[in-house]
Amino acid sequence: MTPQEVVERALALPGADDRVVIVDEDTTANLRFAGNTLTTNGVARGSRLTVVSIAGSGTGVVSRSGVTPDQIADVVGAADRAARDAQPSEDARPLVAGEAAADWDRPAEETSIAVFRDLAPALGEAFAAAEAGGRRLYGFAEHLVNSVFVGTSTGLRRRHDQPTGRLELNAKSPDMTRSAWVGAATRDFTDVDIAALDATLAQRLEWAKRRIDLAPGRYETLLPPGAVADLMIYLYWSAGARDAFDGRTVFSKPGGGTRVGEELAKLPIDLSSDPGRAGIECGGFTVAHASSRESSVFDNGFSLGPTKWIADGKLANLIQTRHSAEVTGLAETPAIDNLIMEGPAGGRSLEEMIAATERGLLLTCLWYIREVDPQTLLLTGLTRDGVYLVENGEVTGEVNNFRFNESPVDLLGRVTEVGAASQTLPREWNDYFTRTIMPPLRVPDFNMSTVSQAN
Amino acid sequence: MRQIDPDFLALPLRRLADAALQRARELGAEFAAFRLERVRAETLRLFDARLEGSSDADDLGFAVRVVKNGTWGFAGGITLTPEAAAEVAAQAVQVAEVSAPLNREPVELAAEPVHEGVWVSLYDVDPFDVPLRDKVALLGDWSAGLLAKGVDHVSASLMQVKEQKFYADSAGTVTTQQRVRVHPSLTAMKSEGAAFDDMRTLAPPVGRGYEYLTGTGWDFPAELAELPDLLAEKLAAPSVKAGSYDLVIDPSNLWLTIHESIGHATELDRALGYEAAYAGTSFATFDQLHELTYGSPIMNVTGDRTADHGLATVGWDDEGVQGQRFDIVRDGTLVGYQLDRRMALLKGLGRSNGCAFADSPGHTPIQRMANVSLQPAEGGPSTEELIAGVDDGVYILGDKSWSIDMQRYNFQFTGQRFYKIENGRLAGQLRDVAYQATTTDFWRSMDAVGGPQTYVLGGAFNCGKGQPGQVAPVSHGTPAARFRGVKILNTVQEGGK
Repeated sequence: MTPQEVVERALALPGADDRVVIVDEDTTANLRFAGNTLTTNGVARGSRLTVVSIAGSGTGVVSRSGVTPDQIADVVGAADRAARDAQPSEDARPLVAGEAAADWDRPAEETSIAVFRDLAPALGEAFAAAEAGGRRLYGFAEHLVNSVFVGTSTGLRRRHDQPTGRLELNAKSPDMTRSAWVGAATRDFTDVDIAALDATLAQRLEWAKRRIDLAPGRYETLLPPGAVADLMIYLYWSAGARDAFDGRTVFSKPGGGTRVGEELAKLPIDLSSDPGRAGIECGGFTVAHASSRESSVFDNGFSLGPTKWIADGKLANLIQTRHSAEVTGLAETPAIDNLIMEGPAGGRSLEEMIAATERGLLLTCLWYIREVDPQTLLLTGLTRDGVYLVENGEVTGEVNNFRFNESPVDLLGRVTEVGAASQTLPREWNDYFTRTIMPPLRVPDFNMSTVSQAN
Repeated sequence: MRQIDPDFLALPLRRLADAALQRARELGAEFAAFRLERVRAETLRLFDARLEGSSDADDLGFAVRVVKNGTWGFAGGITLTPEAAAEVAAQAVQVAEVSAPLNREPVELAAEPVHEGVWVSLYDVDPFDVPLRDKVALLGDWSAGLLAKGVDHVSASLMQVKEQKFYADSAGTVTTQQRVRVHPSLTAMKSEGAAFDDMRTLAPPVGRGYEYLTGTGWDFPAELAELPDLLAEKLAAPSVKAGSYDLVIDPSNLWLTIHESIGHATELDRALGYEAAYAGTSFATFDQLHELTYGSPIMNVTGDRTADHGLATVGWDDEGVQGQRFDIVRDGTLVGYQLDRRMALLKGLGRSNGCAFADSPGHTPIQRMANVSLQPAEGGPSTEELIAGVDDGVYILGDKSWSIDMQRYNFQFTGQRFYKIENGRLAGQLRDVAYQATTTDFWRSMDAVGGPQTYVLGGAFNCGKGQPGQVAPVSHGTPAARFRGVKILNTVQEGGK
């Protein structure tokens, strides 16, 4: 049975007032390596049927994997029973109406181990080159394709095929005391240049041969795009309108309401999402497998467009469902699966920013980022795989790692330079979020709270 | 003892395994393992006593893992027919063949006796047999009780998992297992002027059934009755003065410190560099086995996959190795690591201690954490006696924020509640507290371990590791313990305010 046929059969069964049916077809392939050799690998396939049944304003959600045609009625029946048993759902709204999209009938897209046909030999060559050059390569390559099909009893039929690829390369010296990292987000691996990435790693390990110990403190710091992505993704995940309205987040206004409209950054910074942004394209409609603070099953199929979360330095929107938008009185702006940060036109490259730095730290990436205080969105975490000292416009050596304590919201107000934005792979959050375009940032006083002995 | 659900046993487990293992052998695999599993998870979330969302999802499928010419190959499938199982086995062999040019380290596995058996975890009431409306009503009643006592908002959640696994390998091991776990949690929130704060229940996730919510293993009504007043006191509490303090740490907080600074640091795959690019390595390198002074002489830590109600407790692991209990730190010295079969043989450690786990049929088993626990002192002190030995310190309960570096040296933790200790007595709550230390400094500063009466099994459902990312449930038992001269931060000052 095709996914489309599963959707139609589940919708056609009697029993509920309304129904949303979601079918996810997933294929994955991965290679993992350590110390210049392969460690694990695999391919896998998944298929999941999610049925949202609505009885009155009660909802029941049941999701099952590997459902055979004769089991569809069981899944639908379980969702119908759950809906009849449920309390009224606070987020209940009329389902999104529509019709079958033009591409509805296309089959699901897939990936396989063959996606690495060029990457695998290039990695083999990189392992050999690393071995000869006194480096050890570690890392991971993964390709996933998710095809999602959404149908509603109000006639809407939408589908989206989302390829997601990522490559992480980590080089270490044989004694493991020097370490460097690069990552790449890709849709199909055809744009990944292993040799160029390996050359960057080799340069960074060379930088690290001169070691400089620095004490904790506040330092002028250049955050590369990947590190900025990790901080801004956390800010984005914390930007739920309902929690802000209920007085629980950094975006809550003391005394009630939200901080939408308030200035967060002195520089004209934009933080936005756009399903159609070239290179980081993502689904153009809401897919919600369950309701939560930031998503509603009633919004399945809701069209998504370019959305500014921060515009010219001011908080512009928060993540909303249609229900929470009514509660807060703000625009309907559901979550979107990419994130873009941009500053004023003409921003410099990271290399140009380094050249313009008298003395400061250049980070590679941030790690183990966790929230310490929701009131300020204070985050803690570590620097990882290369903190470099920049003096008089040049990298002069590698510095010890630090634990930082910083709020990305507070940091926005202190940024003194926003560089040119480019597509980047976040380090910490790339298991969940890979589609970002971010600039490098200059922060005059980044809080390095303590020294980490980790290499 | 409960039985494995008939509908799982009715699946064509052996027929699929036979087809897969036979095809793998025909294609020249030196070793092959077949694993079929069904993981069902139900989650409920309430806000202010109203159901906000629920989901009931399962993950059913199977996996074949082979070693062909010394290289791993893995493939997963979802079609439960012998033909599909054989095809997935062929894919696994193909993956091994494609990957072979990248492999410079032939895979060999430590020997393990052949096992055949059935194992079911300890629980009384299958949470999936309890109607959704009853669960919502119970959480709703608890939430309403908190709202009636003056908190602004209450979020409540209940996660329930049933995990069923069938495993068969080319050596002849055949095992079938079923385990159940639950995690109820309520968080009360309150604001006071421009400040707001919250407080969560300390009840840990456990390897029990629905009986955990109705009086077995935890007294929820008693804990909830105290929560509003405790939260009000916390909101009005003074901000901590940063500095060096003696700490008494409750099991509800210390389990997470054990998890991060001992559990992950003593995973041999990390110590050997296999996780170097992601989860990280470990300061506890292999050359320091039997040499490293991990902590003070009163520190004894075990790994245990047999503990009653432990979240990492199993009959056999996902490489067919029997669950075991083993020493990790003895009298303060590192004496053992957590192993899988490859690591055990690679380092000449003999038999694996059974720490291989895959979180789903689509993922390959990797070395995951046993229930790593700090042992109590026989006849040791109560928590009150530990506190009585502190002149100027902080007593910490409940976990909250956690972060540790990629070699498990430098960590920073917060908590749910912090009490000032003055001259051996509690002197009211404090706010804005985090403790920060280096792992070995911290454990070497431990000068007293509580007795068995203070021992509690904490834990988490969602320990992350590996690429592709996998989550594993794990428990950590610990008594209360006392630490001297630990750095306390003021989190507001850290934020530059």
